[in-house]
Amino acid sequence: MMHAGLEHYMVVSFLLFSIGLLGVVARRNLLVIYMSLELMLNAANLALVAMSRFNGNLDGQVLVFFIITVAAAEVAVGLALIVALYRKRQSAHVEDLTSLKF
Amino acid sequence: MTTQDIFFYLFSALTLLCGSLVVVNPFSRNPVTSAMFLVLTITSMAGLFVLLHAFFLAAVQILVYAGAVMVLFLFVIMLLDLKEEQLRRIKAFGLVSGGASVAAILGVFAMSLSRSKTTPVGASLDVEGATRPLGKLLFTDYVLPFELLSVLLLVAMVGVILLSRRELK
Repeated sequence: MMHAGLEHYMVVSFLLFSIGLLGVVARRNLLVIYMSLELMLNAANLALVAMSRFNGNLDGQVLVFFIITVAAAEVAVGLALIVALYRKRQSAHVEDLTSLKF
Repeated sequence: MTTQDIFFYLFSALTLLCGSLVVVNPFSRNPVTSAMFLVLTITSMAGLFVLLHAFFLAAVQILVYAGAVMVLFLFVIMLLDLKEEQLRRIKAFGLVSGGASVAAILGVFAMSLSRSKTTPVGASLDVEGATRPLGKLLFTDYVLPFELLSVLLLVAMVGVILLSRRELK
């Protein structure tokens, strides 16, 4: 147990990013994959805020603000795509959506 | 070991625990459970933001993520009426590719961590992520990306309306 410095925040961010990456690769439900994507975005946000804090400028926080907005737009479009896909195929599992697979 | 450090370990443990429960939950494969744990992850991450003095972002995190985005997720889960995901065997390919990508990121991370000099803890940290300095920066240096972002939101809105119409042409 040490004082929480920049490295600690970066380690937490890295672990969260790995969890999200594993979720994207291993899970099969499209919605859970989307949630794992959100985890990865959040990990990047944490890294940026920690960098901004320990480097003494606010630019990182402005970037996080932009990322949150873009993530909200991305979630809206992605979920609309999932709903449209579900209407056509009656499934939200990646294993049932293989018509583009070679 | 100050109070701040105790809170850091508390919040980061909570974040990682709930984050892993989003992805691998031994008790339930229901997407609603994952969504609820994602809310907990985001909320504890807002706690970490407060520890980093990013007060405005902590509020935005809770309002936008835990509020708006998660409500959208839950709406879609209800709309689709998903059955529980069966416990199927994890494919070896997924496991290997996931492990390889995590290992690659771990390599990059360890390399950058070993090369960086350790930051002096408690150095002059006078950055306050309150609303006023952030807003000032947003409307002076970053005014063009800010306006572009509003266009992006408009485009996303129009796209979502177009996508969710009854018949897709």
